Amino acid sequence: MSDHEYTPKSKVGKWFNDRLPLLTLANHLTDYPTPKNLNYWWTFGGILTFCLITQIVTGLVLAMHYIAHADMAFDSVEHIMRDVNYGWLIRYIHANGASMFFLAVYIHIFRSLFYGSYKAPREIIWIIGIIIYLLMMAAAFMGYVLPWGQMSFWGATVITNLFSAIPLVGEGIVTWLWGGYSVDNPTLTRFFTLHYLIPFLILGLVVLHIWALHVPGNNNPVGIDVKKPSKDTVPFHPYIVIKDGFALLMFMIVFAFFVFYTPNILGHADNYIEADPLVTPAHIVPEWYLLPFYAILRSVPDKLLGVVAMLSAIFILAALPWLDTSKIRSAVFRPLYRQFYWILVADVLILGYVGAMPAEGLYLLIARVATAYYFLHFLVILPVLGFKEKTLPIPLSITEPVLGGSPNLATAKKREFK
Amino acid sequence: MKNFFRKLSLIILFFGFLSNSFAAEKVEYLKTDWSFKGLFGKFDRAALQRGYQVYTEVCSSCHSMKYLSYRNLAEKGGPEFTEDQAKAIAASFEVKDGPNEDGEMFTRPGKLSDKFVMPYENVKAAQAANGGAYPPDMSVLVKARGGGVDYIYSLLQGYEEPPAGITLDDGVYYNKYMYGNKIKMANQLSDGLVEYADGTNASVEQMSKDVTTFLMWAAEPHLESRHRMGFKAIVYLIILTILVYFSMKRIWSRVETEV
Repeated sequence: MSDHEYTPKSKVGKWFNDRLPLLTLANHLTDYPTPKNLNYWWTFGGILTFCLITQIVTGLVLAMHYIAHADMAFDSVEHIMRDVNYGWLIRYIHANGASMFFLAVYIHIFRSLFYGSYKAPREIIWIIGIIIYLLMMAAAFMGYVLPWGQMSFWGATVITNLFSAIPLVGEGIVTWLWGGYSVDNPTLTRFFTLHYLIPFLILGLVVLHIWALHVPGNNNPVGIDVKKPSKDTVPFHPYIVIKDGFALLMFMIVFAFFVFYTPNILGHADNYIEADPLVTPAHIVPEWYLLPFYAILRSVPDKLLGVVAMLSAIFILAALPWLDTSKIRSAVFRPLYRQFYWILVADVLILGYVGAMPAEGLYLLIARVATAYYFLHFLVILPVLGFKEKTLPIPLSITEPVLGGSPNLATAKKREFK
Repeated sequence: MKNFFRKLSLIILFFGFLSNSFAAEKVEYLKTDWSFKGLFGKFDRAALQRGYQVYTEVCSSCHSMKYLSYRNLAEKGGPEFTEDQAKAIAASFEVKDGPNEDGEMFTRPGKLSDKFVMPYENVKAAQAANGGAYPPDMSVLVKARGGGVDYIYSLLQGYEEPPAGITLDDGVYYNKYMYGNKIKMANQLSDGLVEYADGTNASVEQMSKDVTTFLMWAAEPHLESRHRMGFKAIVYLIILTILVYFSMKRIWSRVETEV
């Protein structure tokens, strides 16, 4: 929190603030000292907040017209698309908004991986972030079920069936999840309920995420602790507000392009066929943002172990602050980690690609190698790297990269990654 | 910022490459110039009206369009029949209504507010009449098929003699664009099958194009307003982005860091 005490100027303001310090909070948010060298990868936090609010607002309107019933859900979606005023716009924003949300969250996560934002003292921010990410996946999955198309139905069948891999109680759990002996109306209504609930849980966690962020303050591209407030920081308003706003607008242009010109490209054509429990689609594919995990799931021949591998792939991220043994945060000063980082990025993209392909032949082999490498990166490479890697000298502050006219001054400046 | 964009464009290139390699595995569909593609894409009114004619005279005996109403035919952005024309079209169909005061169902001429009349009472009846295959509802058919309009357009013209070695059961036909090449719908279109009111030559290609255009509109009735609004929204966003960029530059000029 900021160091100086805030007192409102007006009497009324002071009276109110003494009873509920909302004005102190507002003042803290505007004055919040932010490192001035944050680059554009840091703007995705604000973009994600925008995505969440967009999903909640459009979702509320959709929920007014949508009917959560197996016989009427598909019809009600078409009703929204055809007869509700601007229903097509609201639905396309919501559907593409999910993809944009995940695009932003992946950039946000990989930014954190590059600059070591998960390291002490920011472990709690990171873990809350992982929980948000998990809830996002749950919300997105259940949201995809609601139109009750073929992919909705069969995606729900495949994913809920994963729980049957749990020994002894698995089958019982699946029946309990379905509310019956197959994916049917009870499944749809509970998915709708949860899909409505989860965004508000996410909203609460986002508040905690930001609160936890405001205790140590932002990490930055150089990855060093910044004295606040100082020559190294700028107040959040107007500097960061305008910069985040600019980045958000560019993001919105891409978003708008999808919504208005290729609204269905990220979805699967089969989801415009009404759910039919008697006809299985040729390929059951999840949405693009879940593909890497789907690839991990299918790369393990055993069902239970596959589920374990898939879940571990997510939960391993929560242990990241302790798996990464390096004291240096930013990859800018970690020449070896930087290379492994880009290999990991490629690895996840490859997993996503093979996740969309049939699990057979060469694709399966690639999926297995990529899965093995994913775990190798976190369980072996990261812990070992912290001890073995020879890091570059880090600057003492952002404005004066290295004290005492060190020869590395130029390097440090150049590496700031603007 | 340069660095940021370099990396971003690399990632976008990668995805472009991925989607290209997806496309490489698909059959080459027949191509034609669709008037509704592109930033300013609009439907060709005459094609929509002709397409509706093909649908009613050919497709509608088996394929329903349960999400469309006769009023849609007169709405903006669609075939834009006049209201009188649309009323006449609706009235030419017998609609089952009721129960009346005596508890009896009755039929009456269609009204604008009625949904398109279904060719069969239910799915079972449709299957019984079509050798077990259910002719899919056509309201969103274009969006429900991987290749979209190109797929439908090609399929309608894709009937061929089966290559040697492929034997077809009774009631199964060979189509080079159908998934798995086997289709339960016989070739429906032949040159001059319908007589277009506007005198256009009803070749198979022309009818395929017209009816596919009609199906595209049926699946996306608000496509025109979507394109119009999209253009305005994006131009607005670009202008705002430029203004915000310069304000940002101005604000950040107070500190020596670049943005």
